[in-house]
Amino acid sequence: MTQFLSLLFNGISLGALYALIALGFVIIFKSSEVVSFTHGSLLLLGAYSIARLSDTIGFLPAVIFGLAITAAAALIVERLIINRLRGAPVISLAIVTIGVDIIILTELTRRLGSDILNVPHPWGGESFRIGDVGISQNRLVATIVAGILIAAFFVAFKYSSWGVAMRASAEDGETAALMGIRQGRVSAVSWVVAGVLAGVAALFLVGAPTPGVSPSAYAVALRAFPAAILGGLDSTGGALVGGLLIGLAESFAAGYQEQILFLGRGFGEVVPYVVMIAVLLVRPSGLFGTKELTRV
Amino acid sequence: MSDTVTSERTATGSAAAGPATGRSRSLLKPLLLAVGFVILLLVPIYVEEFWLRTGFAVFGAAIGAIGLNLLVGTTGQLSLAHAFFLAVGAVTYTFVAGEPGGVATEVGGLGLPPLLGMVLGVLLAGLAGLLFSPVAARLRGIYLGVASLGLVFIGIHLLNTWEFVTGGFNGRIAPDFSLFGFEFSNNASYLAIAGVPFREAERLWYLGLFLAIGAYWFAHNLLRSRPGRALQTLRDSEVAASVMGVNVQGYKARVFLVSSMYAGLSGVLLALSIGSIAPESFGLLVSIQYLAMVVLGGLGSVGGAALGALFVSALPLVFQRYADIIPLVSASRTDPGIAPGEAARFLFGAAIIVIILYEPGGLAGLARRFRRPGRPGGGRNASPSSAATSSSTSTVPSDPPAQGSTT
Repeated sequence: MTQFLSLLFNGISLGALYALIALGFVIIFKSSEVVSFTHGSLLLLGAYSIARLSDTIGFLPAVIFGLAITAAAALIVERLIINRLRGAPVISLAIVTIGVDIIILTELTRRLGSDILNVPHPWGGESFRIGDVGISQNRLVATIVAGILIAAFFVAFKYSSWGVAMRASAEDGETAALMGIRQGRVSAVSWVVAGVLAGVAALFLVGAPTPGVSPSAYAVALRAFPAAILGGLDSTGGALVGGLLIGLAESFAAGYQEQILFLGRGFGEVVPYVVMIAVLLVRPSGLFGTKELTRV
Repeated sequence: MSDTVTSERTATGSAAAGPATGRSRSLLKPLLLAVGFVILLLVPIYVEEFWLRTGFAVFGAAIGAIGLNLLVGTTGQLSLAHAFFLAVGAVTYTFVAGEPGGVATEVGGLGLPPLLGMVLGVLLAGLAGLLFSPVAARLRGIYLGVASLGLVFIGIHLLNTWEFVTGGFNGRIAPDFSLFGFEFSNNASYLAIAGVPFREAERLWYLGLFLAIGAYWFAHNLLRSRPGRALQTLRDSEVAASVMGVNVQGYKARVFLVSSMYAGLSGVLLALSIGSIAPESFGLLVSIQYLAMVVLGGLGSVGGAALGALFVSALPLVFQRYADIIPLVSASRTDPGIAPGEAARFLFGAAIIVIILYEPGGLAGLARRFRRPGRPGGGRNASPSSAATSSSTSTVPSDPPAQGSTT
């Protein structure tokens, strides 16, 4: 039971981080019809900048600068490339983000080499215990911060003028443009928000229990893709649910590894994809995605 | 229906170019092809081993790229799972043709003739594609892209854990190929043609050449046939396709089957080219490289895919070899320069972006542009990339008939 509870908490905290990444993924898709494969390397960029900067300027300024760098990178990608391709087929857009991803990822891997950079989180690597159930303090802070951010996001999405503009242009881009909503700005803001969310996720993903910033953080970020797909690419609520589901599945698969050893060691890292494919078999547009209806 | 449109278009196209040039080109083309073929046949006599080995890798990659192009370029289904199907082909070949044994980990093997291994590799890769196709056929383009991402990671997991077949993390040696007793290896009986000893590299060159030509020919004809036209209609509009009586799900499943069979063959050649199989040869980056080949070459163009394969797969090898000559690139880890593999990755990452931004037709589109000087200058529509997946919807009457049938 103790093991179950601690896996549950770990799963939720991991899921909250996945949800942050997946949310960014979803709003980018909603606002600019782009499936951003750049997200993994943006996250790694955030983690790398925070880790490198915190050596010289201290933790908190490093976090702020790191988030700014990630957001700026996302903005540059949007302005220089995505904005010029407005109206292009979804597949070309996805492929162009893969091109960007290759470049950023290659440069970061080159800089990292075989090092593992440490982010000096002020909350350290200890675990927080309630009775026998333990969770690392990093993950606890992560859950709280992610919870606040997600709540703030949904409030902004519902009430702020940006949120209304975004929902309008996702609903019907042309009409929204006729109503005076600037599509380019909506899309740019979405990319910035997504960049910041990825940066925050990066900050926590490289802390305990993960060792630090290494190219393998990229693989972790990729597991947020199934989260977004699982919930439905155009559903923000779906991203949240998908993130939590993936986080829980991964945590349980890793925790009960001995019991499912016939599936091979390290199955926890694959389980998000297995869950995703299983869900897609039943619901091809994810759990909450808009079904595209065609009648012939 | 689309046939008539195409023939009209081609007719107007050649009329515009003038009847004389039209006739001369019809003679010129086979002649050029024949000369090219003879040159390719003669290459092993004059060229050193490094280039032959690079060539073999390119042939293998070209087969895979042609297969992926059928899926992504022709049918418009984004797939990142190509590395997985490569792995299925490579592993099947190694297991079927390999002997049991192993150094670090105990591996099994059936020890059957390598030709059988190759055929089974292709078939099993096709089967894997068919098994995935219920997912593939139901998903719309972009969902498929991410879902297929999952297959790559599941594949890596299997490669790492199923040690009896795959050799686990360290992989295993891939057996040499042989065809009815004719061995494609260095310890085969001595054979020399025109004074040049034909060893493994020379023999593999011919194997790759013939398989690649076969793969090209099959895809080329497929695109001009009824199923090929159905696939292109599918890319342009699924609704329109089903109105025209195209079985959407069926065709999606079938193109997945064909594409993964291509990948299987490419995987077998990859195993032969590297000489071993290991999980790292079948990662996400490999899938992305194949996607890069298809995009660089030009979505929907068979020849373009082969060109893209040449560019993407030969570049790292060439960088590696000439690291000390090319500026900024250095072979050793300690040097401040960029490692050859990384340099190649930077280059094709940038190439993807530039191609999608400025020439969605890829290398094939560039070639087409130069071939027709009479083309109206402002021929590109308002959004330059609307032609990325349907490169032929522009005003140009495109040359390969397979491309002209999109309306």
